[in-house]
Amino acid sequence: MPFGLLKYGLNSEYPGKHHFTPATELKRHYDVVIIGAGGHGTAIAYNLAKYHGITNVAVLEKSYLGGGNTARNTAVIRSNYLTEEGVNFYRESVKLFNNLSNEFNYNVMMESRGQLTLAHSDAAIRSFRWRAEVNQHMGVRSELIDRQTIAEMVPNLNMSEDSRYPIMAGLWHADGATARHDAVAWGYAKGACDRGVELHQLTEVEDIEITQGRVTAVKTNRGRVECGAVVQAVAGASSVVAKKAGIALPIHCYPLQAMVTQPYKPILTPHISSPHVHVYVHQTSRGEFVIGGGSDPYPLYHTRATLDQRETLAAASMELFPFLAQARMLRQWAGTTDMTPDYSPIMGLSPVENYYLDAGWGTWGFKATPICGVTMAELVATKKVPDLIKPFELERFYRYDQINEAGATAASH
Amino acid sequence: MKLLTCPLNGQRNISEFTYGGEYHPMPDPNTTDSRAWAEHVFFHDNAAGVVTEWWCHTASSFWFLAERNTITDKVIRTFDTSEIFNERVDFKVPDAAEKQS
Repeated sequence: MPFGLLKYGLNSEYPGKHHFTPATELKRHYDVVIIGAGGHGTAIAYNLAKYHGITNVAVLEKSYLGGGNTARNTAVIRSNYLTEEGVNFYRESVKLFNNLSNEFNYNVMMESRGQLTLAHSDAAIRSFRWRAEVNQHMGVRSELIDRQTIAEMVPNLNMSEDSRYPIMAGLWHADGATARHDAVAWGYAKGACDRGVELHQLTEVEDIEITQGRVTAVKTNRGRVECGAVVQAVAGASSVVAKKAGIALPIHCYPLQAMVTQPYKPILTPHISSPHVHVYVHQTSRGEFVIGGGSDPYPLYHTRATLDQRETLAAASMELFPFLAQARMLRQWAGTTDMTPDYSPIMGLSPVENYYLDAGWGTWGFKATPICGVTMAELVATKKVPDLIKPFELERFYRYDQINEAGATAASH
Repeated sequence: MKLLTCPLNGQRNISEFTYGGEYHPMPDPNTTDSRAWAEHVFFHDNAAGVVTEWWCHTASSFWFLAERNTITDKVIRTFDTSEIFNERVDFKVPDAAEKQS
């Protein structure tokens, strides 16, 4: 090891390789154009190239790889949802996440430290029992635990009965995890580009050409590109991009704010979430506390941070972990969430032929990245909607058949 | 702290207000089919730019309209609903619904 380090140090050229070579010229035609090079877009490209042999693919990104909501989410992975459709979908996603570093041969820093959701009311305990039953029935590790178990599991948690909302019980989800969100996008992009997919950054789609109900080309700031199919994976700008294809979506965009403290020694193992005080907290492997879960009270496409949310998040996290009162904040930021009326995503076919939607990712997008890549690639390659994502089709709103996902992130309810 | 001007109560802290959704006229329930009704209920514009929307001053339950830019978060103006609703809105059960039941 020291010799290896010395070799690195004395080498005049840094021997490390770039992860991948970004494409230079836009071709005139691609079989598939994917709009958005976040986790989802690159995951779809990766699966198309690796498992379906479709490599004439361009991923168009108006900014840079993984620079949107992929970089702004709080990197939480879990599958303890409430609806059958949601649990099935996210269970498969967690399985794929567990093997993702091996799949890429690239470390995504997956850490399965579990997730604990806190109940501060009888109503919450009832709903957690329901969730635990649904989860266990569907093969997800999820159980209701009492105060004593919580106190042993998280010794720093404020278990006082004199606090404003005393902790009464918890929903323990052993499959809960975090991963490095940037690395997920980088790993997918690397794997896709190695197989011939072209990643075009700073390439913004300005218009989408539709002829006789079929998408035929996209116009970008770098020229026109003909395409056999288009997938939009632009969480946070879904309505704006879909509108270019003449598609209306049942989405409202709200900023979701989070912040991160200075690093501490490792003292908190699981991810802690409290729907009641509207906050979730976990300690990263670097030692920082990530504090998230503040949705702005009205829709906005701006990712500014506000003092209101900082106060709310600080107050809520201090109620759970009083020692955080001493913590200094390093950063506060926002991501734009696509909120759907039923807190479930919108995936699959659109009213335009060969134009596929990967939208409505609200606060549940990062944790769906691998399974979204698998299912959307299968859809694009075979033109058949995989059973796993059939319930999430846009058409459900016209049938008044929503999937009410009350197990979505604490922030938005 | 962000301020919003209520047409009734004047300039107040935005935390005193509740956002009430996009303003979009209701189609006639008697002539609208189920598909168009779904669009009215669920499918909103979600525009990046200037939008007209409902707001309520929570403390006084006063509803009004605002024009706001959703990219810059600047409120352009707030105004009384009488600018748009200049005749009485009748909320009786639509004839089509009575026929069904």
